[in-house]
Amino acid sequence: MIYTQSPLAIGLFVTFVLFVLGLSFYLARRTTSAAGYYAAGGNIHWFTNGIAFAGDYLSAASFLGICGMIATAGYDGWMYSIGYLAGWMVALFLVAEPMKRLGKYTFTDALDSKFNSKSIQLMAAISTLAVSVFYLIPQMVGAGVLVQPLLGMPHWVGVCIVGVVVTIIVATAGMASTTYVQFFKGALLLICSTVVVGLVLFRGLGTEPNQGGTKEYHKFQTLQAVVANGALQVADYEVVAGLDSEFGKQGFVKLSRDGQETVWHLKEAANGYELEETLYVTKMADGTKLFNGAPKEDGKFYAVGHIKEIMVDGKEIAQTGAVGPLEYLNRFKESTIVLWGKKYVKVGDTTTTIYYQKPTPGSRILRPGLKFKVDNATGLQKFNFISLMLALFCGTAALPHILIRYYTVPSQAAARKSTIVGIAAIGFFYILTLYLGLGAMTNGVINITDNNMSAPLLALSFGVVIFSVISSLAFATVLGTVSGLIVASAGAVAHDLMDNFFGMNMTEKGKVRAGKISAMVIGGIAIYLGIIFEGMNVSFLVGWAFAVAASANLPAILMILFWKKTTAQGVAASILIGLTSSLGLILVSPDMWTRYGLLPQDAPVAFNSPAAISIPASFIALVLVSLITQKKGAMVEEGAEA
Amino acid sequence: MGHGPAVKLGKDNAAGYKSKLGVTMFIVYTLTYFGFVVINALNPALMEKVYFGQTIAVLYGFFLIIFAFVLAIIYNHFCTAAEARLN
Repeated sequence: MIYTQSPLAIGLFVTFVLFVLGLSFYLARRTTSAAGYYAAGGNIHWFTNGIAFAGDYLSAASFLGICGMIATAGYDGWMYSIGYLAGWMVALFLVAEPMKRLGKYTFTDALDSKFNSKSIQLMAAISTLAVSVFYLIPQMVGAGVLVQPLLGMPHWVGVCIVGVVVTIIVATAGMASTTYVQFFKGALLLICSTVVVGLVLFRGLGTEPNQGGTKEYHKFQTLQAVVANGALQVADYEVVAGLDSEFGKQGFVKLSRDGQETVWHLKEAANGYELEETLYVTKMADGTKLFNGAPKEDGKFYAVGHIKEIMVDGKEIAQTGAVGPLEYLNRFKESTIVLWGKKYVKVGDTTTTIYYQKPTPGSRILRPGLKFKVDNATGLQKFNFISLMLALFCGTAALPHILIRYYTVPSQAAARKSTIVGIAAIGFFYILTLYLGLGAMTNGVINITDNNMSAPLLALSFGVVIFSVISSLAFATVLGTVSGLIVASAGAVAHDLMDNFFGMNMTEKGKVRAGKISAMVIGGIAIYLGIIFEGMNVSFLVGWAFAVAASANLPAILMILFWKKTTAQGVAASILIGLTSSLGLILVSPDMWTRYGLLPQDAPVAFNSPAAISIPASFIALVLVSLITQKKGAMVEEGAEA
Repeated sequence: MGHGPAVKLGKDNAAGYKSKLGVTMFIVYTLTYFGFVVINALNPALMEKVYFGQTIAVLYGFFLIIFAFVLAIIYNHFCTAAEARLN
């Protein structure tokens, strides 16, 4: 897909990155102690911290991933929004205040505050590292996706820019700069997204997505075909792959005219067939990809997303004009929108991915089931869905980079209030995601091969200024989230492992230096992973990070707070079982099988979301081991009120 | 070594009350959320039904987001009152 770079976009992008770096260097001069590095000295105002929560949380996953998923699969993408937000209720009601009461810099401190146990220190530090690295992957992928249209550079360049800039930020300033950077970006992202949603509503719904008259939308053609002597015949076209070919078996045909090949979707009609134009990507044996039969640079591949029919009071109309937010959904529900199905055709060593039109009623899009198999689903498919929703619900309160934010505020009341500010900001944003996603779906802006960029490209349809601002912001958001994650993992290595577990005697300065060196190493690992996971939906990847976090950390956190018989061994066992079972199940899941280049149906397990197995396993491990080690282990004596 | 809060916290006499309130409200929200998940899994077609001009899926989704905020405000109100009363 071809994007045009503008000097304005590049200028704004550079300004943002420089601003973020400048802020870090400024704040770095004030950070000399370990408390300053890991917890911003514990003196951030609750409102600032609350918006910073939003900045941390509304990462690439929300802005890019969720909007992209809504744009292609409708309501199912929004389910992520709902699950992510619901997770905050666990954080607010159960975790926020006790976390604040128990910990110092890291989540390990809180878990270990009752026991001072070596095994907890080790397990919690490993789990923090594992979760952070898992969460870093989608952020890096998101960064790579963003630089392509913004700066015209390949995916890996974006990943490297983020890696390097963030490592500099973290290595210089730690949590204070991370917090202020997140505050600014969280606030700006909310404001800009509100503006885009306002523009979407003002434009309304229309059957001609010409981006406000600025850009012609590709008119998808329909042809008539007849069958004569068992062979398909189409006027003016030569049939390259007919009904008996591999294409034909999948319901497609390949035609040629003036030397240009096109793929068409077969639909039976009264006398013969109706052929609908498709988009197709050909992957040759040597790995080169052709888009609609031509190299990417030729621009033969079109952006998609249009409405087939809008009905108002039983009458078909072409434009709704400006509408309110509820009216928008109402009109959308009455319309028929063209979504895109995907099929693979393999001939020899060449694989063709075909994207074909699937007109779908709006009311069907505004309810679950287009991505998740819930209609007439097997028990396993339903299980997979429930498991994912459970992971989203339990994951938030177990994310290390969210938990460390509780140490940056001065009191428990401030921890609670900042969570509420976070919930308000995040909830509002998640309502906006629905409109951003549906807006992208109907405004002809989707790159069907990689839906992660749908929201920024929707902004582009309103002009390059708003696009540049939003993309730079999204990029900066990635920077901030990655910084938070790297601070959390650096804390796990330097504070939990080196200082506490191995008992290395370090000066205050030495501790900060250890943190910075760890940050650089983790940054390097994140860059590598960001490059190899290119092309996966970032929200989907975050779903995995949530599953790992929820399984490894949440049972331990909750049981320490609410079950008096919890022992140190129980906590360590729970983290170990949660971490290994969730990671293990992910590594043998169908989606990972595709990543290894194998067929998904050959994977040893048939589901992608491990949470519904790994969370209970982790709870059971904790209870059993705690009961067995009851006399030997140290017990929590005072329970939650300690 | 190195444990305990990053900042000195005074003793919080309201902690027990807040913890109980938190658990109660957590249960209320969890039931609402899992009701949503279960309907989606078992009877997704029901979510397409339309009330007040919107599908149930949209209404329930908006409700979950707004309800979260409302519960958070109520929780904060009672916690702040308890802190003022007990500390």
